[in-house]
Amino acid sequence: MLTLPGALRAAIIAHARADHPDEACGVIAGPAGSDRPERFIPMMNAERSPTFYRFDSMEQLHVWREMDDRDEEPVVIYHSHTATEAYPSRTDISYASEPGAHYVLVSTRDPDQVEFRSFRIIGGVVTEEEIEPE
Amino acid sequence: MAIEVRIPTILRNYTDGAKSVEASGDTLAGLIADLDSRYGGLQERLVDQSGLRRFVNVYLNDEDVRFLGGLGAPVKDGDTVTVLPAVAGGQPA
Repeated sequence: MLTLPGALRAAIIAHARADHPDEACGVIAGPAGSDRPERFIPMMNAERSPTFYRFDSMEQLHVWREMDDRDEEPVVIYHSHTATEAYPSRTDISYASEPGAHYVLVSTRDPDQVEFRSFRIIGGVVTEEEIEPE
Repeated sequence: MAIEVRIPTILRNYTDGAKSVEASGDTLAGLIADLDSRYGGLQERLVDQSGLRRFVNVYLNDEDVRFLGGLGAPVKDGDTVTVLPAVAGGQPA
C-alpha cells in the first residue's frame, strides 16, 4: 500500500497535465526506510516524447546524490501515459530499477478524468497496490 | 589509494550488499573487469557487445562517462565512479 498525502497526489497530476502531450516524470523522496513520500521532485523528461520518458542523466545524478546526503530514498517514481491507461507498459517493466519504490502512473488521455494508480515492479513482476490519502 | 565505485541498490546483490566498493584500473573498461573478477556477473549488467548498456548511467566524478569516452575513459586513484540505472519507460506508441 502507498500512503500519499493529497497535496502530493495533486502535484503529480498538475505536472502530468502541464507536460501533456509529452510524458512527465519525477520522484517523491522520503526518509530512508520510512516508506513515507515527502519531498516532491519533478524531473525533466530528457526524451521530451509523448511515448517515452527518461530522466536526464546529470539531473538524476544530482538528485540521487542529494537524496543520499539527506539520507532519503526514492519512495515514489512517477510518470504519465498520455494516450494509454495508467498501467506499466512492457518498457516500464523492463527498465524498472528501484525495487523499493512505488511506481505511480497517471494517465492524461482524458482531460476531464484522472487515472492514478500505484504499482510495485520487482524482477519483472507487476503488483498493483492501494493508495491511501494519509 | 583506489577508485571508489558506488553501487545502486539493484546491483548490491553482486557486492554482498555493499553500497560502495573499491577497484582499480587505467580505464573504465579495466575498472569494470577488475570489479567483475571479485564481483562476478557485474560486468554483464553494465556492458554489452556495443559498449556500456544503454539504460545504465555511469559517472566519473561529476560527469556522465558517455561524454568522457565511455569504456575508454581514463580513470585514476582517488576518482569516484557512480553507477545508477537509468529511470526510463514508455507506453506503446
